[in-house]
Amino acid sequence: MTTIRLNGEERRLDDGATVQHALDLLNVTPDSRGVAVAVDREVVPRGSWHETPLHEGAAVEVVMAIQGG
Amino acid sequence: MSTVDRSHDTGALDAAAAADPLVIAGRAFRSRLLLGTGGFQSLEAMAEAIKVSGSELVTVALRRIDPSAAGSIMDVIADAGVEVLPNTAGCYTARDAVTTARLAREAFETNWVKLEVIGDDRTLLPDAPELLEAAETLVDDGFVVLPYTTDDPILARRLEDVGCAAVMPLGSPIGSGMGINNPYNIAIIRERTQLPVVLDAGVGTASDAALAMELGCDAVLCASAISRAHDPRAMSLAIKAAVEAGRLARTAGRIPRRLHAEASTPDAGLPDFGLADG
Repeated sequence: MTTIRLNGEERRLDDGATVQHALDLLNVTPDSRGVAVAVDREVVPRGSWHETPLHEGAAVEVVMAIQGG
Repeated sequence: MSTVDRSHDTGALDAAAAADPLVIAGRAFRSRLLLGTGGFQSLEAMAEAIKVSGSELVTVALRRIDPSAAGSIMDVIADAGVEVLPNTAGCYTARDAVTTARLAREAFETNWVKLEVIGDDRTLLPDAPELLEAAETLVDDGFVVLPYTTDDPILARRLEDVGCAAVMPLGSPIGSGMGINNPYNIAIIRERTQLPVVLDAGVGTASDAALAMELGCDAVLCASAISRAHDPRAMSLAIKAAVEAGRLARTAGRIPRRLHAEASTPDAGLPDFGLADG
């Protein structure tokens, strides 16, 4: 198992899990609009979500559009 | 007596706006009012304000995803047919602002960013050194950077020097509704930079927006004044009209202020009614 932090919460994923596997926990697909992902501060483009592996301790931040000035 | 025909008035305003677009980074906008989307009670109220304001550029923010969020602001914005200007609200360091801007570029497929780096949560005033550092990094990274800045003319120049596409000085603190605390600084910023100047923050009501434009600002960015008004729809209409009126007044060229009166009626030809008294 690989333990990551997903939006601040500890989550356990199977070894070899990708960014998309983490996003599955949030119901995010590559079609989701106005969503972006950073792993350890680096943006992962949506085209790479399926291929980008997550390492032990990865900090995954998933953000979406909200109202704001 | 003939009736005055005023049917052309609105058309004349529209024509004036069309002939005098706001240009930022080579993009032309008919509307000189940028709308902040924060503070609306509902997405419906926001959609109505976008429509009525005529704004073509609206800000959005990024926060951790909420899988239970009902309705998407992105759908509303897409339906309105306006451009998105992502902000970096809530960032206290250049590093966080740069990461947020890069996330926004990915999320919204735009390289435009309203750069905010604030110093503390009580004043929400910009942190100048962090702001400048973030601006420089993002410009180098290919962003069109519109920084929210203090009303400091020197900082505005420094932001211009590092390649920002506009400067967005505050009139007064975010959400304060205090209007323009230092109109002289706003006028100096206008005079000392070649960039578009967008008055950002502090607008409380329509007259503040008109004053910003009369001082020479190229546009006004308005959020709380509209979204938190008792009637946001009416206020967006009022502020839209004020921005247009202020722009026209600026280009029309106001008369100078003078201490003493200057008669508009000539003295020549004034009748002399003599000294007769009863």
